[in-house]
Amino acid sequence: MTYTHDIVIVGGGGAGLRAAIAVVEANPQLSVAIISKVYPMRSHTVSAEGGAAAVIRAEDSLDEHAYDTISGGDWLCDQDAVEAFVDEAPKEMLRLENWGCPWSREPDGRVAVRPFGGMKRIRTWFAADKTGFHLLHTLFQTSLKYEEIARYDEWFVTKLLVEDGRVRGVVAIELSSGRIETITAKAVILCTGGCGRVFPFTTNANIKTGDGMALAYRAGAPLKDMEFVQYHPTGLPFTGILITEAARAEGGWLLNKDGYRYLQDYDLGTPQPGPVLRSMELGPRDRLSQAFVKEMEKGRTIDTPYGQVVHLDLRHLGAKLINTKLPMVRELCLDYEKIDPVKDLVPVRPVVHYMMGGVSTDIHGATPLDGLYAAGEVACVSINGANRLGSNSLPELLVFGARAGRAAAEFAAAQPDDGGDWSGILTQAEDERRRLERDLRGREGGGERVSTIRTEMQAAMEQGAGIYRSADSMAKCADALQELRERLPGVSIDDHTTTFNTELIAALELGLMLDVAESIVHSARLREESRGAHQRTDFPERDDVRYLAHSLIHRSADGSPRVEYPPVTITRWPPGVRVYGR
Amino acid sequence: MARSITMQVARYRPDREAEPTMQSYDVPLRKDWAILDGLNHIKDELDGTLSYRWSCRMGICGSCGMTVNGEPKLTCATFLTDYAPGPVRVEPLRNFPVVRDLVVDIGDFMAKLSVVQPWIIRKDEETPDGEYLQTPAELEDYKQFSMCINCMLCYSACPIYGLNEHFLGPAAIALAQRYNLDSRDQGSADRMDALSASTGVWDCTYVGECSTACPKNVDPAGAIQRYKLTAATETLKSFLMPRGGR
Repeated sequence: MTYTHDIVIVGGGGAGLRAAIAVVEANPQLSVAIISKVYPMRSHTVSAEGGAAAVIRAEDSLDEHAYDTISGGDWLCDQDAVEAFVDEAPKEMLRLENWGCPWSREPDGRVAVRPFGGMKRIRTWFAADKTGFHLLHTLFQTSLKYEEIARYDEWFVTKLLVEDGRVRGVVAIELSSGRIETITAKAVILCTGGCGRVFPFTTNANIKTGDGMALAYRAGAPLKDMEFVQYHPTGLPFTGILITEAARAEGGWLLNKDGYRYLQDYDLGTPQPGPVLRSMELGPRDRLSQAFVKEMEKGRTIDTPYGQVVHLDLRHLGAKLINTKLPMVRELCLDYEKIDPVKDLVPVRPVVHYMMGGVSTDIHGATPLDGLYAAGEVACVSINGANRLGSNSLPELLVFGARAGRAAAEFAAAQPDDGGDWSGILTQAEDERRRLERDLRGREGGGERVSTIRTEMQAAMEQGAGIYRSADSMAKCADALQELRERLPGVSIDDHTTTFNTELIAALELGLMLDVAESIVHSARLREESRGAHQRTDFPERDDVRYLAHSLIHRSADGSPRVEYPPVTITRWPPGVRVYGR
Repeated sequence: MARSITMQVARYRPDREAEPTMQSYDVPLRKDWAILDGLNHIKDELDGTLSYRWSCRMGICGSCGMTVNGEPKLTCATFLTDYAPGPVRVEPLRNFPVVRDLVVDIGDFMAKLSVVQPWIIRKDEETPDGEYLQTPAELEDYKQFSMCINCMLCYSACPIYGLNEHFLGPAAIALAQRYNLDSRDQGSADRMDALSASTGVWDCTYVGECSTACPKNVDPAGAIQRYKLTAATETLKSFLMPRGGR
């Protein structure tokens, strides 16, 4: 074995950095390392725009934040997890403030808050509309203070090493040199984020390939609620760049081709000039994205070279508000669409944004596999249920990053140092090295390109498992994925070099994405109801009798999936009707 | 408008080549395509062996800085049509060792980050009950310097860094100032040694190329000039006051 740590964290975004700091604070004697395929400040947390929700005002309450989250999640959230989340979110956010996060402020110097979709109270903290960027850089810069945190920047983890039902480390490739190393650990925390790249049109960065989800699934840890994929209602056509929900929270309107605020036709309330909480443009993301599809079917959207769009109208907000509260929206529109939201309508359409599902964890970030933890978008605790509310993901990665760090620290400290017999683990690691060196880097060219299979996978997912799904569409999608799975071993890798071989990484990511895509479609086929972001045209109603339950998908020894349905944890909020705008 | 444009791309694979060469590829010239879209077209359709870094493709992760027709640019926010009819030349960022193709080694910058202690330093031991109050005007004092995405364009543009790799450089100094000017911070004296050292602000001859190159209007040159004034005042104080004026 080459390197040894007590705790290895895979991923250096918000959750990973928060977990690392939590480990050091809990137990400075532990050796902790972050392994990330990009430098930490490149992580996708950087792209979050609108804000982070946490109760801070006297007129707000933890129960109201919990209720908004649970009803927003269409009652699929585990309510004990939500209660812990809303309780700890303000403390975590204040720590971020103390660490230097440049939150936007009220005139008296207090942290400012703004409205957000699906929230009945004003509780979303923000740093203009670059909240994720500031949060990530604050965490990263603060983490530099802790010399105990070792970093493996630009290392790609290819496998979790598991023996006797316990995680013992990882195998990883250093990009710059191509060397393949075994890094052992008493506990591993997955913080690798989401998997938006399994779809063709996404706000997600190129690196969001579901690595941690697939690594856990292959290692025997189940994934939870994978059928719940969030479409954000306002992405820029072609690029998929996100226009933050804050644009609507500050008063932006969604208009169809007739200039009509069409959301009033979809049981989301009646239009008022200013923003109204839990109403119209401030409804939840699933309902808004579904309304777009209905509007498109009525022929009331606008045709563009990059598909159907509607318009986001910010003109009435004025240059001053846009420049102070939404500077990035203006910057992105000017740079990428050559339009100015101060005087032009912004074309937008729904875009894949976030995975509610992920590696199943308990309230402490622990997976059912001993020594394996997960936090952030890669994980499913679940506080997001069937539909995440905007501005809940940033506090989630803080709260559960810290929780996973503390739990992993406790677990690691209780393990003996020698760890017993390593021969089985080292054999696994040697097998993995052989796979990478001989089967992948040494592979002959002449077959299909990585991009060919990736593009077909993405198209299949959009057609079969998009905003609206049916047994028929998903069966076709599953067949397409099966066919791609069979073609995968023939994919070409023309690059046989060791130095920064991104073609090898892309091939590995493609394999991981196919596993994730299959788990999404398989879980979606079996859930015969419509709930939150999972809408079935053949089962249009929510079915609490059969499906007030999580989908827990395991990989069997032969590779086939097996799904169980453990019940949702209900504490104080029995299932009810989701009401918006009235 | 022509249908395609030639991209001349720097190639270097240290395992097999002694020095970099240029390779030409024809890519579609589309109105919405950034330089990065052209590179992705090459990688996906023409040549899978080309290596470069990219991620968010919305100008915020800082991964995709390269030299485009001689200037440091974020390739996701620089458009092919601005270089029509071409050819457009894409090379790695200057002033850094090249790892491979368009990928440079930024390890030196990563090490310098810690040197300027980019975190809030407090002299009081106890953590406050709630937030530190900070008025919008106090936020404005340092906000510009907090916008740096570490894209390295300023180091690539900086002639001083090109000559002397020990120079702390524009982004690291701007980041030090971001904390020095934050009303919540009490650590400016701790950062002074690094900033006032021979490799700190005094190395800068105020060429200003860093601020020209910066895609986020951070104005590192302004940060450096402002710190020179602070450092000079502090030095003067150390002569006049018995305990160094700190």
